[in-house]
Amino acid sequence: MMTTVSMRDAPPFERFYEAHRDEVFRYLVRLLGRDAAEDAFQETFLRALRAYGGLRHAGNLRAWAFAIATRVAIDDRRRVRPADDVPELETEDSRPAYAELERFAAELPPTERAAVVLRYGYDLAYAEIAAALDSTEEAARAAASSGVRRLRRKGIR
Amino acid sequence: MTVPASIDRRFRDAAAESGLLDVAYDVTDSPLGPLLVAATERGVCRIAFAPEAERDLEELARLHGTRVLRSPRPLESVRRELDDYFERRRRAFDLVVDVAALPAFQRLVLEELARVPYGETATYGGLAARIGRPRAARAVGGALNRNPIPIVLPCHRVVGASGKLVGYAGGLERKRALLELEGVAA
Repeated sequence: MMTTVSMRDAPPFERFYEAHRDEVFRYLVRLLGRDAAEDAFQETFLRALRAYGGLRHAGNLRAWAFAIATRVAIDDRRRVRPADDVPELETEDSRPAYAELERFAAELPPTERAAVVLRYGYDLAYAEIAAALDSTEEAARAAASSGVRRLRRKGIR
Repeated sequence: MTVPASIDRRFRDAAAESGLLDVAYDVTDSPLGPLLVAATERGVCRIAFAPEAERDLEELARLHGTRVLRSPRPLESVRRELDDYFERRRRAFDLVVDVAALPAFQRLVLEELARVPYGETATYGGLAARIGRPRAARAVGGALNRNPIPIVLPCHRVVGASGKLVGYAGGLERKRALLELEGVAA
């Protein structure tokens, strides 16, 4: 079966930015907490801007934005951070069951955390999460399920 | 939760400073209604009456590249000079314009147009003669009609052979208002 790939030109950057800035900001607050999210937000869209001129088409820019944000967040969390710097979590727009889980997500390793949040918080497909994590679909699936298992052990049944 | 305005603004400033933008633009108020003003690293590339984001951004992206972002800071001098012009504190613009993306003939016409002084008018035929194409008055009219930087490149100062106001992409009312501002009875 053939898959139709969208080959539209990328829209003006302003359109891309307006369409995704709010959810990318929320995502970064979830991953990093409010303070770190502010810098990560700027870094995410500067990286996007740097790459934007070379984009050949506009296929799934949303997943692309999350992919960049994920890499920025993982870089950020790999830097030395105080142990008690537990982010305040935003749960207002996620599904209740997931919101329950997410309260514990701060303790996950960055890759698992990103996989869990992208899968259950934003409904991204594993192929998209794989792109975001710069890994394979299988690895993305494994990271999400290992993350969820770890969360369950932490107190959710 | 939406991005706080301060963070949004900080990104827009940083983007302009990074030198990564193909075009920075903003929308500013004027006595002739809102104006879209846009600039590349080289200079002002667009002033549009009655901005329509959809159409204007696509056009900027097509001519200059897709990295088009609203970012007020790089447009500050444009806004200031336009304000001064509308307040009659300025008769000539010091702004650098970027017409590199335009066809050669249109650039030639616009260069000649820029020499028509404040408060004076020229005719299409006169401009055509000055660029050494005396029979090209109609083509000159077409080039002026597509002038991407009205006001700063003063196509409002070009009138018909009889002195009559003819076509203005921004509407004849605006042409008349600009000429009146400059003290030309129109």
